Amino acid sequence: MTIVSSLPARAGVGFKPQHFTEILAGDAPIGFVEIHAENYMGDGGPAHAQLASLSERFALSVHGVGLSIGGAGPLDGAHLKRLKTLCDRHQPQSFSEHLAWSSHGEFFYNDLLPLPYTEESLTRVCEHIDTVQNTLGREMLLENPSTYVTFVDSTIPETEFLDAVTQRTGCGLLLDVNNVFVSATNHGTDPAAYLTAFPLARVKEIHLSGHDAQSDDAGAPLLIDAHGTPVADPVWALYEAVIRRTGPIATLIEWDNDVPVWPVLANEARAAACILERAATQEAA
Amino acid sequence: MSAFQIQDQFAGALLDAERVVPRAVSSHTTRTPQKRFAVYRNNVIVGLSEALRTQFPATERIVGTEFFAALARVYVSSEPPRSPVMMNYGERFPAFIERFEPAAEIPYLADVARLEIARTQAYHAADATPLDAAAWQRIDADALGKLCVVLHPSLRIVRSAFPVVTIWSMNSGGMEPASIEDCGPEDAVIVRPRGDVEVRQLPQGSAAFLDALAAGMPLGEAAAAAADGDAAFELSINLAGLIGAELAIELVAPSSTKDIAS
Repeated sequence: MTIVSSLPARAGVGFKPQHFTEILAGDAPIGFVEIHAENYMGDGGPAHAQLASLSERFALSVHGVGLSIGGAGPLDGAHLKRLKTLCDRHQPQSFSEHLAWSSHGEFFYNDLLPLPYTEESLTRVCEHIDTVQNTLGREMLLENPSTYVTFVDSTIPETEFLDAVTQRTGCGLLLDVNNVFVSATNHGTDPAAYLTAFPLARVKEIHLSGHDAQSDDAGAPLLIDAHGTPVADPVWALYEAVIRRTGPIATLIEWDNDVPVWPVLANEARAAACILERAATQEAA
Repeated sequence: MSAFQIQDQFAGALLDAERVVPRAVSSHTTRTPQKRFAVYRNNVIVGLSEALRTQFPATERIVGTEFFAALARVYVSSEPPRSPVMMNYGERFPAFIERFEPAAEIPYLADVARLEIARTQAYHAADATPLDAAAWQRIDADALGKLCVVLHPSLRIVRSAFPVVTIWSMNSGGMEPASIEDCGPEDAVIVRPRGDVEVRQLPQGSAAFLDALAAGMPLGEAAAAAADGDAAFELSINLAGLIGAELAIELVAPSSTKDIAS
């Protein structure tokens, strides 16, 4: 039986243990929390205890950062088994992973690395997602990446690639709007055009986060997906445009580095919640 | 070029800054995007170094941030993780520290790192309810020696030729840093009987006693073996420690799964 991804169409936050007490005590308008799967792969302890408490109150999203779905080699079976153990234990409303690779040969690089978009890589990504969905007994969501380079061999636009993956495997999509803005800026393309081409009907979760700005060898802007600052204004604008078209979708604020005090993160979630509520009102009208 | 070959070149260039940007990689502004590829190199090195910093705060405090950053960078490049479960990354770090020439002046550093690994492992270990004092008291003193003690799954032992517990405490906020008068060896027990991970110095001979219990030896035999190994071993102190520090979760008859008390 396949468990379908079902996060509430509300704001959520990436959970950080230092916010535990305030999240549970507070009245921030959040409907779900998201955790990085790999931080919860121990047998027990406070990490799992916190997750159990949180999932009594909020919907739970398990977000993997280490499965290497875009990897050219086979999936790591041991890691997939760990993911299954985690999902079986905490019964999250959603499981998601990235269109990226992070392991090669015997090593794990702890970063979301880019892949060329070709027929060969499309076939392999689909095989990997089939395996994940069959093993977990769940629909998974696949997230669009932020990238800094392109590949000479790529033949398929990213939006077409994601569309093909979702059609062939039945997986849902996680639309990271910051990644859209970062990648479009980095590759000199139009983020609005990317979103027009994106299969929005398959999107079941949205990510928002901050980025850093640098420049490349030619002096062109190079944005870094740093997750260490508030969501940037142009990303909010793109997000609002998406929500106007789709209606409310579960929206996560990701803040993984230089993690702020809870009220700052809660405010970001509140801003997303406002946009979602506005869209819900318009839908009802 | 196959996807595997592309990935192989990409991965190889990540940890080796001397290598040129892979030919398969490009950008809309330049055919050899050095600075762009450097973002990935930086993410990998900084991300993995940061994972080590998080896991070894006392080790970092002892050597300072700059030295630790250099140490982490060399370790990350020579021993990248082999699993996506980053809480286990660093298990080979103490052995690496022992071989790291610039750290040779700090011979106790590797043992502090071992203690920190034990703390991480104890934090993530399986949950189990410790045996309370009342359960111990219910056991007849004569019967006790024949029973095996099931230790808490979070229990770890670190043996050191240095005062590792004192040094760790002074570098993790538990004790004010001061010069250490007694530079004798210290063994540590690390355990998470309830919510928090606790670090305690073990009395002499206790590490051998706990190891014997962990190996399934009945309490009386384990005590005899520990006393043989170290004349300073005292059973009463160790029993009080087992109970007071909540190190045990069950007492069972030898080679039987039947509970005597739990």
